Amino acid sequence: MTRAPAVRSALLPTLGRAALGLSLLATAMPPYRLIAQEGGSAAPGKAVYEKWCAGCHGDNGDGFGEAAAFMLPRPRDFTRGDYQVRTTASGELPTDADIRRIVDDGMPGTAMPGWRERLTPSERADVVAYLKGFSRFFEGASPEPIAFSGAPGRSAEGIEEGARVYQELECFRCHGAQGRGDGASAPTLTDDWDVPTRAADLSEYWYFNGGGTVEEIYYRLQTGLNGTPMPSFTDVIESGIITEDQLWRLAQYVRSLGPEREPEVRSVIRARLADGALPAGPSDSAWEDVEPAYVPMVGQIIVAPRWFAPTVDGIWVQAVHDGERVALRLTWNDPSRSPDPDWQEWLDRVAATMTDADGPVPTTQGPDRVQVQFPQRLSDGMERPYFLGGDSRRPAYVWRWLSEPDGVEEGLGTGLDRFAPFTGSSAVTHAASFTDGAWTVQYTRALAAADTSALAFVAGRAMPIAFYAADGSNGEGEVRGAVSAWYQLYLDVPTPPSAYVAPVLVTLLTAGLGVVVIVRAQRRGSRAASESTEAS
Amino acid sequence: MRRVLVPAVFLLFACAGGDQGGGAAESEDAAGGMTSTGPMGQATVSGMVRFDGAAPANPTIDMSEEPTCAEKYEGPPTDPQAVVNNGMLGNVFVYVKSGLPDGASYSPPSTPVVLDQEGCLYHPRVFGVMVGQTVEIRNSDALLHNIKAVPTANRGFNISQPQAGMTTNRTFNTAEIMVPFECNVHGWMRAYTGVTTHPFYATSGEDGAFTIQGLPAGEYVLEAWHELFGTRETTVTVPESGSVSVEFTFSPSAS
Repeated sequence: MTRAPAVRSALLPTLGRAALGLSLLATAMPPYRLIAQEGGSAAPGKAVYEKWCAGCHGDNGDGFGEAAAFMLPRPRDFTRGDYQVRTTASGELPTDADIRRIVDDGMPGTAMPGWRERLTPSERADVVAYLKGFSRFFEGASPEPIAFSGAPGRSAEGIEEGARVYQELECFRCHGAQGRGDGASAPTLTDDWDVPTRAADLSEYWYFNGGGTVEEIYYRLQTGLNGTPMPSFTDVIESGIITEDQLWRLAQYVRSLGPEREPEVRSVIRARLADGALPAGPSDSAWEDVEPAYVPMVGQIIVAPRWFAPTVDGIWVQAVHDGERVALRLTWNDPSRSPDPDWQEWLDRVAATMTDADGPVPTTQGPDRVQVQFPQRLSDGMERPYFLGGDSRRPAYVWRWLSEPDGVEEGLGTGLDRFAPFTGSSAVTHAASFTDGAWTVQYTRALAAADTSALAFVAGRAMPIAFYAADGSNGEGEVRGAVSAWYQLYLDVPTPPSAYVAPVLVTLLTAGLGVVVIVRAQRRGSRAASESTEAS
Repeated sequence: MRRVLVPAVFLLFACAGGDQGGGAAESEDAAGGMTSTGPMGQATVSGMVRFDGAAPANPTIDMSEEPTCAEKYEGPPTDPQAVVNNGMLGNVFVYVKSGLPDGASYSPPSTPVVLDQEGCLYHPRVFGVMVGQTVEIRNSDALLHNIKAVPTANRGFNISQPQAGMTTNRTFNTAEIMVPFECNVHGWMRAYTGVTTHPFYATSGEDGAFTIQGLPAGEYVLEAWHELFGTRETTVTVPESGSVSVEFTFSPSAS
């Protein structure tokens, strides 16, 4: 199966891949060779492990390398032989091929990169052999994959059937009604190491740890994810409660909770000219016709306190304008409407787990927040404010939204935690709604700037735009949160009247010239004919 | 697809045999129709588990999200972590830690141990099971439970039971004190099983009493385990027949 590189990795070069110690986008790569056979040996694997893996997974393979304290989810502890992504039954050891696959391709949605392009096939085989040695369970074991049935074809009825199975198996208890990881039990989940763990957001299959194809989802339903709360549903089939076919339908339904195609990250967010009025609010059906742009978000790991475990991993951005005003709609998944007492348990665990990540995490829930930032002025060059909320040299023009109390402030930022709101009433109006683990916020502002410090929006020019998001129930606030790189907001230019006149004029002119040419040619022809007649 | 946990004890079965004096091979155990192959005796170990000090209050469980379970209780249910009555401590797992003759081995009983889920709690909360003996996990609640065993010496499992009446069988293949069970849908749910290679174990009742029968005469180390208060050890000399008393005393702080 092919696994597209996580969209997140596209951002890492700008957002401090060095800090993560993951040179994901290595330029010097060994030539790719086909794997002849799986067998590796542990002795040479040790050197590979110690050079590339121990920083996170620890010299002893216990998952407590130097970088581990900054990570959530934590790096795998190899000593217990509990591997999440397998083809074997619940609780069983993985096959060599299962481990190899993760080494090769990494785990989307986590800090684990794929090593296919960094290590040679034999190095990867050797490291698999070496890390099995961390657990005594592998001695003499020969784990066997479950034999899976083939997938039934996809159909609308099948998806509906899958939705029923989702209800019957009560997947919503952790994953939520719409699959956004906001079920009633979600705030209480921990893994086998008492580390808080998320119920997967099923609408973002590109971040699934074990891959996002229907087949991979089905495997996870059969095998469960060892070490996590995710159980196996094999026994449910054996008990006759559902059939294998129905489990496939469930996998197809889960896949259908996300968009048909994995979102592409484009640098331009285009605001078309509205046909009529701008959308009246975040739930206006007019938004359905506006193409969304996907903006991946990653932890803010540049300034202290850094944050490696952000809740918001992507924002869908839509924009539209009417020549007078621009409306922006942001939609993102966040399982909690912060502050939410049900999530206090989650926050307490996160705070206890992430103690080494730049000081104590606050255990009081703040609001959810999203900040949209622009430069104050459009420059002709590439100069933009510092992407983390601007700096004193070049402040950012910021729209700052908080969930509690619900409001947007307009002002200047000289850093993520240095924001000076404009005095007087805000020129930015907004409306926010929260449903089933998703926020939708619409911002509207006149293109012309009301404040001299604000950016005047201009159609026909690419205007830098960047985002910051925080989940108050995850200990996030002004600085601990998720950031995007700079994108470009482009407002379509209204078509001037001349655009309609010119083609008509050109048509008329062309037709006229054509007539002239034909008439002249005919005259010349008839003159020539008469001359020849006269001559004869 | 089958779970294959080969009970290691079967392998020892051949070389053990009923070679000890007084050993009653194939004797029926009063507790559970167990077929035993190792040496058995006639004596009874009767014990009490005392609790010295003020018992901690058990936490109240917020079952507001689960009316199906909440309605089975009058008032807010509590999590019975410390069962203390009149200075006696229940839910203490007591087992023979050492003293059995080298090579003594016991085959597991054919009757399963039932671990029931009702009212979003496990019943029993603390129990023993022999290596290779079936644990029959049963859901008596009309809602989803997942059952995750989190052992360290055995392989774990994590299965789901979305309907009332569903049962699932599992076994453990290595002795382990204790294997925790948890439900992630209902984060408060906990059960603990002591997995042993022999049938000489018991769990103290609400009155703190326990009985271990059939130990052959000899000197043994008994260990008592409690989920909050740690472990205690005592030595007991078991006669050929009759009864011998032992006592454990726990206090509020774990040891």
